[in-house]
Amino acid sequence: MDKTWNNKAWFMVLPVLLLVAFSAVIPLMTVVNYSVQDTFGNNQFFWAGTEWYQEMLHSERFHTALLRNLLFSFTILAIEVPLGILIALNMPRKGWGVPVCLVLMALPLLIPWNVVGTIWQVFGRVDIGLLGRTLSQLGIHYNYVQNPLHAWITVIVMDVWHWTSLVVLLCYAGLVSIPDAFYQAAKIDGASRWAIFRYIQLPKMNRVLLIAVLLRFMDSFMIYTEPFVVTGGGPGNSTTFLSIDLVKMAVGQFDLGPAAAMSIIYFLIILALSWVFYTVMTSYDAER
Amino acid sequence: MDFSWMAWTWPTAIFFMTILALLVGMAVWEYVSPGGNPRVGVLRFETTRGDRLFVSLLGSAFINLAWLGLVGPNLWWALALSVVYAIGVFRYV
Repeated sequence: MDKTWNNKAWFMVLPVLLLVAFSAVIPLMTVVNYSVQDTFGNNQFFWAGTEWYQEMLHSERFHTALLRNLLFSFTILAIEVPLGILIALNMPRKGWGVPVCLVLMALPLLIPWNVVGTIWQVFGRVDIGLLGRTLSQLGIHYNYVQNPLHAWITVIVMDVWHWTSLVVLLCYAGLVSIPDAFYQAAKIDGASRWAIFRYIQLPKMNRVLLIAVLLRFMDSFMIYTEPFVVTGGGPGNSTTFLSIDLVKMAVGQFDLGPAAAMSIIYFLIILALSWVFYTVMTSYDAER
Repeated sequence: MDFSWMAWTWPTAIFFMTILALLVGMAVWEYVSPGGNPRVGVLRFETTRGDRLFVSLLGSAFINLAWLGLVGPNLWWALALSVVYAIGVFRYV
């Protein structure tokens, strides 16, 4: 059947274009505009050119926050993706277990970020928290308020607890869409469990995994509320990720120019990394 | 309408008008030659001319940032390098 070309259809997307322009494009343009100016309040701005970009590019504070964020994102991806696949592979495909597992998996996703932060903030406390108290009674000196390593472990475990379900649900959706004929053919060929996973299940999950990796990377690279509630960016600056640093700069110090320049660099890094992830995974898919 | 409260400046306005002109140009190009001219270039995966514009703009942003960080605030040479890079992307990617 021939395709019908009607350019008038573009008018149908005009409302959404206007909405996106008002809520995303113009605010982004405003940030670019602020990044080349300085202000001392009272809505008076002074031209600063590329000064804030240079300052940010040479700022050790920015470099360490960026490295911290990259380390955090790659750590949680390295844990959540294999763990999500493993859980999805072991979830029941039929019977009463299916709705039970799906509801249990969906629960952490329904909890707001600040509530998750508060739960873990209390959970980990040595004086009243179940985790902190249990660990200290077992003789493990755990204190996320004073020890940077403990703070990192707490923030990573919290993120894994909150978001692995998303990977599980996406992988599970990919797995249940595989027709039984594939498994029957594998059985006739005498394929091992690993071969079934490698040549049937993993390729069929590729698209949902792409979405999972992209979503988790972008979300973790923009993480703010949970670590802010649990550690406040501390101890010291050990869990100060880019967004926490950005808010400190823009709202705490009211340095709009440097904060805007940092936002733009931050945005470009997210855009570039997401593009690389997307391209690598879709090219791999196309090759197969 | 008064937009002075948004503190727009001419350099940022010119920057965004250039981006807008590029997008309009791409739309006209697509109208004249529909389909996006997909092809496999040096990156070994299929790209359309929209992908090539995206790669050009993103790469140019990083070229300018690298120039600022490593060389200095005079960005005219970085801009020239970005144009050469964009031509390369449209020719070979």
